[in-house]
Amino acid sequence: MNVLVCISNVPDTTTKITFTDNNTQFNTNGVQFILNPYDEIALARAIELTEGNGAVTVINVGDVSTEPTIRKALAIGATDAVRINAKPHDAWYVAYQIAQYIKAHPFDLILTGRESIDYNGSKVAGMLGELLDLPSVSIIKKLDVAGNTATVEREIEGGKEVLTILFPFVAGTAEGVAEAKIPNMRGIMSARTKPLVVIEPVEVKTFSEVISYETPAPRGQVTLVSADDTAKLVELLHTEARVI
Amino acid sequence: MPVLIYTENAGGKFKKSTFEAVSYARAIANQNNTNLIAISIGDVSASELSSLGRFGAEKVLNVSNEKLKNFVNQAYASVIAEAAKKNNADIVVLSNSFSGRGLAPRIAVKLEAGLADGAVALPEQAGGTFKVKKTAFSGKAFAIVELTSANKVISLTPNAYKIVETSGTATVEDFTVEAKESDFKAMIKEIVRSTDKVSLPDADIVVSGGRGLKGPENWGMIEELADLLGAALACSKPVSDAGWRPHSEHVGQTGIAVSPNLYIAIGISGAIQHLAGVSSSKVIVVINKDAEAPFFKVADYGIVGDAFEVVPKLIAAIKEYKASA
Repeated sequence: MNVLVCISNVPDTTTKITFTDNNTQFNTNGVQFILNPYDEIALARAIELTEGNGAVTVINVGDVSTEPTIRKALAIGATDAVRINAKPHDAWYVAYQIAQYIKAHPFDLILTGRESIDYNGSKVAGMLGELLDLPSVSIIKKLDVAGNTATVEREIEGGKEVLTILFPFVAGTAEGVAEAKIPNMRGIMSARTKPLVVIEPVEVKTFSEVISYETPAPRGQVTLVSADDTAKLVELLHTEARVI
Repeated sequence: MPVLIYTENAGGKFKKSTFEAVSYARAIANQNNTNLIAISIGDVSASELSSLGRFGAEKVLNVSNEKLKNFVNQAYASVIAEAAKKNNADIVVLSNSFSGRGLAPRIAVKLEAGLADGAVALPEQAGGTFKVKKTAFSGKAFAIVELTSANKVISLTPNAYKIVETSGTATVEDFTVEAKESDFKAMIKEIVRSTDKVSLPDADIVVSGGRGLKGPENWGMIEELADLLGAALACSKPVSDAGWRPHSEHVGQTGIAVSPNLYIAIGISGAIQHLAGVSSSKVIVVINKDAEAPFFKVADYGIVGDAFEVVPKLIAAIKEYKASA
């Protein structure tokens, strides 16, 4: 089985998010970029599923600055990597570029993370599915394979759905699908020589632009209530906050 | 050109997030002086369908096809896009629910539409531009996204827009589409839905526990507090990583982002990744024995104290309040 894992290069989860140029640019100064945590889960499951039987390709749409993250994915265990040399303008742009690659190089399974932790769109999996006329499942928490059929668990509000899907298909992985893998020394050494192909993007019209950013309004001072006076807290939640 | 709203149901009943999305779509239709058409797919009763009029839908398209009784992502997206085309709708709205996240991108591609996912406010339509505010960086910020295409798809974050009831009524008509065979390559085998628990993304009140609770055996009081308040249960990442609670309860940057009216954090210190997932809660209550816990900096109300002493007292106080109310 050949699996394609779509990966994003995102700010580390501990990043304090700030903006520059009158709140129109994300301030990357001092920000550490990492492999999107949900993509790590996709990659880990892809490696498990192909052990001794297939290959895992990772693909990223990004400029040369994303290569450390791509090498990290190779160190974790991907077989080879593709970088489409363009800024990821929006989810549609990214999905369109990756879809062109898949049309020329078909895969049995295409995984993304459930969302990237920067723009949180959950869009690329569905868009890829539509562009390739394949089934897509946006958020899965389990993925098992038997023959030419996969069984996945999809998260729904207050429960789950179990689905059977014919290959090939696209899915966005969430916690539960696999445990993220940490690269070992051998992986790190071999990642340097694994193939990383750089291809140029195709032209496509885009439909969205990020105009500016806002940060959440700061909250007022906390009102502390004595541990012995929980009735006071209940009263405040009822009369002042009006939430119970 | 009308606005089309996809009204998701769970087991034949519309959900709170659906009514929020209908109210939101109504407001967008008002901005554009146009009609609001709803589309429902599955087994939903006539009275339930016509109830959408109360939230501002003028017409409800009912798709009740045996093959489409349960959610099939690809086929549902085809039906909704088809309804948009047949009715010349140029704006399609849906809830950014788990199913909505699967549908919206497919519909957007079919309609060559820009997609604003996770909208938290009404679009701004000044001078021919169309800008939508959405969550970004997992709740640490918002992005203002301009949609530049003729067709637009917007998915609304649950709990971000208030339900508005009107005196309106809706006419219900059947909408039939030829389902194409290639849309049915993913099929549901089983649906497991716990009906006695409040679903976390939709909940008005969330009670969340952290490592300060010391172990899964201590969740009894957390569950009791949640039950009393009609709240959903949540937890921090270390708790779900340790297997004390299921991953589906993990709230934070790499879990679920929630925006309830009330978020009660018990024994959670408030790491930046956790705060990202709860920052759009309207009111935050923090109970922690460490007065220096970072969570107190973003809390509205706080109690510095041991959860094992404070929570039982809080339960007693709520019981007393309920008895007197």
